[in-house]
Amino acid sequence: MKVPLSWLREYVDLPPVTAHEIADKLTAAGLKLESIASHGHDLKNVVVGKVIEIEELTGFKKPIRHCLVEVGEAEPREIVCGATNFAIGAVVPVALPGAVLPGGFEIASRTTYGRLSDGMICSEAELGIAESSPGILLLPADTPLGADVVELLGLRDDVLELEITPDCGYALSIRGVAREAATAFGVPFRDPAALELPATEGVTHPAEIGDPTACDRFVLRAVSGFDPSAESPLWMRVRLTRAGMRPVSLAVDVTNYVMLELGQPLHAFDRNTIQGGIVVRRALPGERLETLDHVTRDLAEDDILITDDSGAIGLAGTMGGLSTEISDSTTDIVIEAAHFSATGVARMSRRHNLVSEASKRFERGVDRELPLAASWRAVQLLTELGDGVAEPGVTHAQADVAPVSITIPSGHPARVAGVPYSRETVVTRLEQIGCRVVDGVAPAAEGGRGVAATGVVTSGDLAAKLAVTGDDPITVYPPSWRPDLTDPNDLAEEVIRLEGYDTLPSILPGAPAGAGLTETQRLRRRVGRSLALSGYVEVLSYPFIGARDLDHLQLPEGDDRRRATRLVNPLSEDEPFMRTTLLPGLLKTLVRNVGRGFTDLALFETGLVYRPGADAPETAPILTVERRPTDEELARFTAALPVQPVRVAAVLAGEFERSGWWGQGRAATWADAIEAARAVAREAGVSLDIRADQHEPWHPGRCAALYVGEVLVGHAGELHPRVVEAYGLPKRTAAMELELSRLAAPVPAQTPSISAYPVATQDVALIVPADTPVASVEAALRDGAGDLLESVRLFDVYEGAQAGEGNKSLAYTLRFRAPDRTLTADEIAAARDAAVELAAAQVGARLRGV
Amino acid sequence: MSDYDPVEVTPLHADELARAEADALAAISSAADLDALKQVRLAHAGDRSPIALANREIGALPPAARAEAGKRIGTARKAVGEALAVRQTELEAERDARVLVEETVDVTLPWDRAPRGARHPLTTLQERIADCFVAMGYEVAEGPELEAEWFNFDALNIAPDHPARSDHDTFFVESVKSGKVLRTQTSPVQIRALLERPLPVYVISPGKVFRTDELDATHTPVFHQVEGLAIDKGLTMAHLKGTLDRFAEVMFGEGISTRFRPNYFPFTEPSAEMDLRCFVCRGASSVPGNPPCRTCKSEGWIEWGGCGMVNPRVLIACGVDPSVYSGFAFGMGIERTLMFRHNAEDMRDMVEGDIRFTLPFGMEV
Repeated sequence: MKVPLSWLREYVDLPPVTAHEIADKLTAAGLKLESIASHGHDLKNVVVGKVIEIEELTGFKKPIRHCLVEVGEAEPREIVCGATNFAIGAVVPVALPGAVLPGGFEIASRTTYGRLSDGMICSEAELGIAESSPGILLLPADTPLGADVVELLGLRDDVLELEITPDCGYALSIRGVAREAATAFGVPFRDPAALELPATEGVTHPAEIGDPTACDRFVLRAVSGFDPSAESPLWMRVRLTRAGMRPVSLAVDVTNYVMLELGQPLHAFDRNTIQGGIVVRRALPGERLETLDHVTRDLAEDDILITDDSGAIGLAGTMGGLSTEISDSTTDIVIEAAHFSATGVARMSRRHNLVSEASKRFERGVDRELPLAASWRAVQLLTELGDGVAEPGVTHAQADVAPVSITIPSGHPARVAGVPYSRETVVTRLEQIGCRVVDGVAPAAEGGRGVAATGVVTSGDLAAKLAVTGDDPITVYPPSWRPDLTDPNDLAEEVIRLEGYDTLPSILPGAPAGAGLTETQRLRRRVGRSLALSGYVEVLSYPFIGARDLDHLQLPEGDDRRRATRLVNPLSEDEPFMRTTLLPGLLKTLVRNVGRGFTDLALFETGLVYRPGADAPETAPILTVERRPTDEELARFTAALPVQPVRVAAVLAGEFERSGWWGQGRAATWADAIEAARAVAREAGVSLDIRADQHEPWHPGRCAALYVGEVLVGHAGELHPRVVEAYGLPKRTAAMELELSRLAAPVPAQTPSISAYPVATQDVALIVPADTPVASVEAALRDGAGDLLESVRLFDVYEGAQAGEGNKSLAYTLRFRAPDRTLTADEIAAARDAAVELAAAQVGARLRGV
Repeated sequence: MSDYDPVEVTPLHADELARAEADALAAISSAADLDALKQVRLAHAGDRSPIALANREIGALPPAARAEAGKRIGTARKAVGEALAVRQTELEAERDARVLVEETVDVTLPWDRAPRGARHPLTTLQERIADCFVAMGYEVAEGPELEAEWFNFDALNIAPDHPARSDHDTFFVESVKSGKVLRTQTSPVQIRALLERPLPVYVISPGKVFRTDELDATHTPVFHQVEGLAIDKGLTMAHLKGTLDRFAEVMFGEGISTRFRPNYFPFTEPSAEMDLRCFVCRGASSVPGNPPCRTCKSEGWIEWGGCGMVNPRVLIACGVDPSVYSGFAFGMGIERTLMFRHNAEDMRDMVEGDIRFTLPFGMEV
């Protein structure tokens, strides 16, 4: 909302303070300053002049005039001018040499087109009044010559742009802002809507409310004999422009002006285009309407319409219809001022994607008591400025609405704030915003048939739950312009805000002792630290993927990861799905970094994936908010939402250990990817069981399935060359993805017993078939060696001729130690032999050289 | 000691002893390095050296001769021992001067063989915030990112046709009528916390949220918020202010200046915006005539987040009796906090995953 201060000051006697000081007070009251625009402060030395001679210069590409202009000085001034919309005798604004126009444009005496030009005749645009203007601004003939134009036209003004929150519909008007300003400064407020309305006679135009849930007040007034050629006066155009609206024509400008001033949206019809009586009702199936913006709209059944015998002639409170529009020949005007359902207008505005100044106000709540006054104000302006005659009648259809009252203990605001407020303070503050406050509990009002003002429908049951009881009850009747005040806490906020949020003390509550982070939360932190310390850089990529990603990953038809949740309105149609794997985001980030000149990369991400169940219900329930959902209802939410486990994934390419002056580095491989998974598992206090697997997007010969016990927790290895190609990745890029949610919360580690007896070391070299997984050889050795085995370590793998065709040789160091004695040579040999024997039995291993 | 050594003993003559001592001293002074000196020590001061052997024979001498011989031998041993120590010191100094110098390396050589990675500052900032509140007794609550509309809107008192709902730029899931959305705020975690936890509830909930904004320097469609919720008996707005003032101090240091200003959120009533004094101009730019400030747009204050007393309607939707319990909630943007705290100027840097952005933050923010 843009508020010219000159307009504001008409209704509130503000002290002589700066615009910033006014803005600070309004901000503290909840109308937050967005910006201040100053107009006319740098505009000086512009005076009223009268053209007394015009000489048309010829020989130039465009018409040029050399004029003599009387500016109240001894001699007239010579001025060269390129506009032609004035004649001798025209009274015009003249910028004299030394004048500074908006934008810092300085006027000087100079020679142009071969003549002296001793000033400039100005247009509205040049004075900063309008964005563009076709010609010179013509002033009334009786304007005193030499007068200061800025003073005369009131061009010096500051405009506050305020951010109005959705609950403050009333502040989308000069009236509402003026009321807040008056309270903030403690000065009187003059209500521009407090008009003396004339006695009326008869009905303007037949009209009725067909649906009281759509509209509870509908007022029509009429003007006849209007001069369609009458223009809006300069002051009105200046104010409209500065308030952010474009001047259009007098009839339209007047409706906009009154809306800005009072907050009541108005609509003007060409009376001669209305056919028969008007009915406000909901749309019928198949109805259509061409609106003012020349769009023909299919209407939905709960659209609220203004209709006549021809059908729809307007979307109530949103946009008028084209067929009844005011034209440049309209002489008879009907002004509509109504009170429509806030939710009805909101829904309609959203459905038709049509936000207007009117719909914005109705959605946020308009004063139900305004239509009679606002329509009269418009009629007054139309007749004053456009030569029309006010018709004597008024149409006033309305439905009863139950009055709102809220009962609170007078101490309630203090209990919410944590600050003692006297009863008098509470009552005074509530009265300041327009409430009527009475002592005691008033009987609940009987319901009327009209619309609930803001769409906050409060059932009796909910009202009972919201009720605050206590000592010294007061009953508060909010004013008609504050439909947002419905609950006890709404009143508390009004008191606290007007007393000033800056007066609230700062007190730290004593929360009960908490249990700290959960084991799972601690695990997630450790995993991040562990990977970062291992060389991985964390990224947070967007969780959106496209079908192309699923193809790039070579996922087969029917792969679970292809069952992804689709967004209705994705940022990009290329990426309409929620990720089912973390890899696409990581791989694209890797490619981006490669593109920026980094070749040795290790990245990781921790985040959710979204895995919709195959037979999940299509919709999640929308429940009542008047009670806690039942367990059964909560289960329906869970069933409808995708499963969203936490995963961690890593990708790496280039050198994992760098080359340098120390020698050659080591390229990142499948083994590093698996080690990253092991690092994650270690943090969870488990060791991974690694099994060879074939799983996209990994290389079929270099893919590990990661198990904890018999639970598959993820995969790691080198990516499939097709994936590398599809994403444009560095060759041999490796990746790991592991579902953290499948790792059980870590249990405390148990202290080992440390034996001080000597270790016995035995090396064995085993020949096994080349395709034997090393993990199974080691498992056999461990099982065979028994309890005396302290550790087993593979220190060499050999596949040369000496191992035999199709074989490999594995060299292990076995370390034995007993907790209570020094092992004898026989014991050591027995344990070693048992290990080798079991390896022989389980994987066909034999001792090398035997 | 009545028996003499049965071995026939030749007592060491004084001149022989003097020669042995002279030999030893000569060998010591001619030992070229520490290894040579070690051999010399063995030969001339070891167990089988002439002087040591002579020492052993003292017991075999007639008692009358013992004292005199002992004295002579002791003198010789002392001289040899001292010479050894002196030479040892000399040679060690020589070695230090020569050998260690020869072994000198360039310690300024780089060693980035296995560079360290880093955690994303948005992650570590969320952890730091969580720690701040855990220290106050809060617990960390979590909820799904793809959320039921009821949790994201309805239960938070954002009615279907309320203007606040359309202000949210929501990502809808599957269909606009599915009742499922990408959560537009972390506030649905409030609802889940109240439904799942016993009262009183003090929780903090950092997490990812989604709005259909295009990515630019100050907007990103996927961003992070931290939600706080405290529901207990007797909580007031003063408690809210105290909590956020403490939070601001932990985040930005003692002496940070804050203000509460009325605002509107459907799920809190009364509602407030928490503003911070501009870090750059300290408010000076809001005074007319002073130079403008880009950070606060010359307002003097920057918005940090919204807060308020939990609307009793929200408590009712969660089955909490508002006549017994009250409390407060707040929500701050993590990206904004990072911008203020670490002078990050462009949100695009936070989402692109360029390692140059993340590496300087290391393990902690």
